[in-house]
Amino acid sequence: MAGLQKSDLPNPVLNWIDSRLPIISMMQKEYGVFPTPRNFNYFWNFGALAMVTLVIMIVTGIFLAMNYQPNTGLAFDSVQHIMRDVNYGWLIRYVHQNGASMFFIATYIHIFRGLYYGSYKAPRELLWMIGVVILLLMMATAFMGYVLPWGQMSYWGATVITNLFSAFPGVGKYIVTLLWGGFSVDQPTLNRFFSLHYLLPFVLVGVVFLHVAALHIVGSNNPLGIEPSGPQDTLPFHPYYTAKDSVGICVFLIVWAALVFYAPNLLGDPNNFIEANPLQTPADIVPEWYFLPYYAILRSVPNKLLGVCMMFGSLLILLVLPWLDTSRVRSARFRPTYRWLILVWAASFILLGICGAHKPEGIWVILSRIAALYYFAHFLVVMPILGKFERPLPLPESITKAVTGRSNNETVTGRPLESH
Amino acid sequence: MRMPRSLLAAIPRLVAVGFVAVGLFTALAVAQEAPTPPKQNWSFDGIFGTPDLAAAQRGFQVYAEVCSNCHAMHQLHYRDLTGIGLSENDIKAVASTFTVPQGLDDQGQPKDGPATPANQFRSPFPNEKASRAANNGAYPPDLSLIINAREGGPNYVYGILTGYAEAPAGFSMQDAMNYNRYFPGHQIAMPQPLQDGRVTYIDGTPTTVDQMARDVVTFLTWAANPEMAERKAMGVRVVLFLVLLTGVTYAVKRQVWSDVH
Repeated sequence: MAGLQKSDLPNPVLNWIDSRLPIISMMQKEYGVFPTPRNFNYFWNFGALAMVTLVIMIVTGIFLAMNYQPNTGLAFDSVQHIMRDVNYGWLIRYVHQNGASMFFIATYIHIFRGLYYGSYKAPRELLWMIGVVILLLMMATAFMGYVLPWGQMSYWGATVITNLFSAFPGVGKYIVTLLWGGFSVDQPTLNRFFSLHYLLPFVLVGVVFLHVAALHIVGSNNPLGIEPSGPQDTLPFHPYYTAKDSVGICVFLIVWAALVFYAPNLLGDPNNFIEANPLQTPADIVPEWYFLPYYAILRSVPNKLLGVCMMFGSLLILLVLPWLDTSRVRSARFRPTYRWLILVWAASFILLGICGAHKPEGIWVILSRIAALYYFAHFLVVMPILGKFERPLPLPESITKAVTGRSNNETVTGRPLESH
Repeated sequence: MRMPRSLLAAIPRLVAVGFVAVGLFTALAVAQEAPTPPKQNWSFDGIFGTPDLAAAQRGFQVYAEVCSNCHAMHQLHYRDLTGIGLSENDIKAVASTFTVPQGLDDQGQPKDGPATPANQFRSPFPNEKASRAANNGAYPPDLSLIINAREGGPNYVYGILTGYAEAPAGFSMQDAMNYNRYFPGHQIAMPQPLQDGRVTYIDGTPTTVDQMARDVVTFLTWAANPEMAERKAMGVRVVLFLVLLTGVTYAVKRQVWSDVH
């Protein structure tokens, strides 16, 4: 269907553009009038927060790359050069460094939102799976970014994590050599990690676009987990959710700023202020906080290969979640047992994080094994079985009925901004 | 189907009991970790705290006269000392008292000369090997970032500087090692660096070990975080602005939503 699109924009210049490349009417359709359930709570902010964080990370990262040297002899000092001599370099670097943590905070809450309200269930399976791909890409990007300052924990973290691939029989050692570009973490490793750390965020932007595109096909889930039954159950995205997301963004930025200005190294490891030294292993090699739960799963298994498989499995299992959960009710609000067990799952994830920060000895081994066991049991045992036995509470007749107590034909519908 | 239902009904209670039990275990496990050097009061503590410049200047004197005999600070340049309140002329004068490598002479030979503000701090040894050779095999670490590079930061460094003592009876010491209460393993290669009266302060502050340790820790805290004063001042304005913006945004949100609530 070639030919000019019909555009109803009054401005002749914009109309001329829009009829040749209808991006303005697309934005209007997808972010302006896009029908969005009227009953979101603030948990629904976190997707937007993650997107804002991605943009800030890319912008600060580009400026850091202008002054960073991906060379084992220069990297550590070039970061100090950024901190000390580059105009506002300390600000850009601390925003970027703490931005990684803020990105994971936003994403983990976003994922928990999806788990609690059943956002992964039909028809949103593919949307959810693209989200898991985003998480994996984020982790790869964060891991490689942490190597770049070339501190002790950068170096030894990279050594330990890349070495995990050697657990795979046969191909393992070739994978590790390929990752390193040599026979240990060294100059080629740093150079390729820098290259990939610059590339992957743009891949992320592409996958996030797919995530949003898929979202706009099936529409958003909501705290009740029931589909909108008509226009009275939805609001135009703008101004309602642009306004609500803006509130969340402001609060999120306050937390971020508090970290940047008052505790910039709170979430970091003191060892990373020591330049990488291949001849001296730190007493304790720990990854960044956002990897600790997976690190604890890895170390809770006595067998290396099995531990590595469990660690990757703990993420990959999320891909098949839509088919493991047999309950047809989405929102945990209406699942009297599941709503407790999903909290137990969240608690075991946090407990794994605490265990991951401690040496795997004594009580920590036991705690991490219990938590890891529940992490998997929740997905593999609880989800398939509970859906068959649990008696869900009665679902409301419609979103509007549930939030206002009024039936559909009495309610006022939201209007787009122009009519205000 | 009867059994599972009653089991399901008990789950909330089981979950609560489980949380309490795991919480207790975790608290117990955390409590067993090693003691850390006691927390001191510092000028740079808290939201508004910045390094006390007089103390940092005295600390620089301690570094220059004592620590710098073995410890480098290669991330710093003499010009950075404006950050502890020295004037450009002061810095020129201070720098010129140090002899540092100054490139090549006309014959292409490396030459030394008095430092200028643009020079890095003088390093006591040309490289790590030379440093180890002169220090009984031990390597005195670079102090540029030492406050950030140690768990406990300023409290730890202060603890080490003031933590020298006689080894307890029965504690077996290796040759040429020194007993320190807060060093991991208690045996440190560095001999006690500070003794009362080790330096003479021009402002007349008494030079007790405690005073010198506080001053040099203040200096090192500035050296590791030279942006701290600017950062905290900017933070107040940024956070206040964001709080205001949050208030305005929330009011707008309430206004926008008023017709659907």
